[in-house]
Amino acid sequence: MNEAQLKERVAERAAAEGILDVSYTTADSPFGPLLLAATRRGVVRIGLPGQGDEALLEELAARVSPRVLEAPDQLDEARRELDLYFEGRLRDFGLPLDWQLSKDFRRRALRAVARIPYGGTRTYMEVAKSAGNERAVRAAGTACGSNPIPIVVPCHRVLRTGGGLGGYGGGLPMKESLLRLEGALDT
Amino acid sequence: MPTTLPPFQALLDRHAGEVLGVLRAAVGRVDADDCFQETFLAALRAYPKLEHDDNLRGWLMTIAHRKAVDHHRANGRRAIPVEEVAEVAVEAPEPDSGVWARVGALPPKQRAAVTLRYACDLPHAEIAAALDCSPEAARRSLHEGIKRLRKELA
Repeated sequence: MNEAQLKERVAERAAAEGILDVSYTTADSPFGPLLLAATRRGVVRIGLPGQGDEALLEELAARVSPRVLEAPDQLDEARRELDLYFEGRLRDFGLPLDWQLSKDFRRRALRAVARIPYGGTRTYMEVAKSAGNERAVRAAGTACGSNPIPIVVPCHRVLRTGGGLGGYGGGLPMKESLLRLEGALDT
Repeated sequence: MPTTLPPFQALLDRHAGEVLGVLRAAVGRVDADDCFQETFLAALRAYPKLEHDDNLRGWLMTIAHRKAVDHHRANGRRAIPVEEVAEVAVEAPEPDSGVWARVGALPPKQRAAVTLRYACDLPHAEIAAALDCSPEAARRSLHEGIKRLRKELA
């Protein structure tokens, strides 16, 4: 076997043995390559184009486990659903998620975000309210800004009161494209 | 604040080539595949418990060496007949892989002795134990191997 094959084999055997804590791979998207990472519980992190894969993997090593290996097989289902979503053929993700990177209010806010239906939008204030504290608008904004699983947890569906786009980790053009893909923008 | 270890993949990417080179030299091309996987799986098992990241390369090489030694021990009963040495000696060295490729092309016993001594830093007695031969025989294999390398590299 060559070196690349041997490395793959190590990842496969590690997964089979249950000592692979974080699997990752890159996946193509219309916006550029995404980095997908999953634990045994589910998708834990998605890196948007231009967010820096190396820093992201180091963050996972520090916050989840240093047992991080490139293991594309473990992310087949995530890649498949994302492909369908970008083609406009999938509205609701069925992927299991691992929420461990978000705590407390942020997690509650992001779970509220995850309930926003395809094609819909909410304001930061509405998200704050469904997370149980309608005055925590700024914290809701921070939660969206720190969303570890963008796209699947659709923080792009959260807008400013009055309709302003707000912010997006992948850049505002990406946020706008996603909303357009979902038919959530009129023009 | 606990030490933050780099993602294991970074170790694999950084050191796979060297580990594979040493293992091919130590146990031959075919068995190196197994030893390579065993090395990185053993490392991965122990990885989260490491207390510092001072010398990850050294740590990995130590595990690789141990796997090479284990391999030789497991094969000790079917020790390689010295007479066949000249015929089995010709694994073509890869271009650019330098000294370890030369080591890899040595007759099996010499190859094992040289690797265990210089890559794994084992004393003669342990080389002998690993190869299941007398310390004198181990010393002789080592000596022959070095002589041959000197001649080829001269």
